[in-house]
Amino acid sequence: MIKVKVHVTLRESVLDPQGTAVKNSLHAMDYHEVQDVRIGKYLELLIEPSDRPLEETVKEMCEKLLANTVIENYEFEVEEAVTQ
Amino acid sequence: MKFAVIVFPGSNCDIDMYHAVKDELGEEVEYVWHDEADLSQFDGVLLPGGFSYGDYLRSGSIARFSNVMTEVVKAAEAGKPVLGVCNGFQILLEAGLLPGAMLRNQGLKFICRPVELEVVNNGTMFTQAYQPNERITVPVAHGEGNYFCDADTLKQLEANGQIAFRYADNPNGSLLSIAGITNEKGNVLGMMPHPERAVDELLGSADGLKLFQSIVKHWRDSHVVNA
Repeated sequence: MIKVKVHVTLRESVLDPQGTAVKNSLHAMDYHEVQDVRIGKYLELLIEPSDRPLEETVKEMCEKLLANTVIENYEFEVEEAVTQ
Repeated sequence: MKFAVIVFPGSNCDIDMYHAVKDELGEEVEYVWHDEADLSQFDGVLLPGGFSYGDYLRSGSIARFSNVMTEVVKAAEAGKPVLGVCNGFQILLEAGLLPGAMLRNQGLKFICRPVELEVVNNGTMFTQAYQPNERITVPVAHGEGNYFCDADTLKQLEANGQIAFRYADNPNGSLLSIAGITNEKGNVLGMMPHPERAVDELLGSADGLKLFQSIVKHWRDSHVVNA
């Protein structure tokens, strides 16, 4: 099996109300050094190797379902040969 | 006129929608399960509010791949009226039937109260029973109703008259206070406020009923001409 780690984050141009709330909370706890907080999603996919190019398939999954590219960016990393 | 109310796992305004059409509007209506693969017998499609698939991943993102959505796209392409309310609106956005996306409300709070809307375009098949710039009262109930799209899309929405409703007092941070938009053709409307919950004075407002009456009037007018 191949493990793929997908990170989905809000685009820079999009205000992140959740991140802002967490930042304000950190400030209230006196962590004033925190300049900004952005909240995203982390997904792990376990994928069976196939003939299809993996990167292409994952990109397709990200653009169709895992991320909404109107408001979100995504990136992923591939971890080879994970034994289950 | 015969309406379909699409029921997804997690829909919770389907009964309100059914009631609005059957009891207040007096038209035919049926529930259609999300697995169904045929909407050809219906004249209009209603996507109700709720939390389809638990809002997992993003609101509407999983529902968008339900079997029935292929049929909803077909109905939209055929020019039939398609109305998505709240979660229904989110599903239409995810399906690409309407442009843009929803963010969490700017204040992070779930908002549930009547709001005042301005009818921005009363020339659509959904709004023709309203006066130009009419102020109406319709309830909202959502946590992710902060409408977002890129600057070009926003310009197009304005230029094409696709903004159907605006909030009088923006409750959620939506761009240009957008509460509801149509597609370019004007036969698909998505809105966050719930017109189906404002169909009788007993509910606090009957202002939503005119939206459903507009759809029926448009349908009757075009079918009498074609007959």
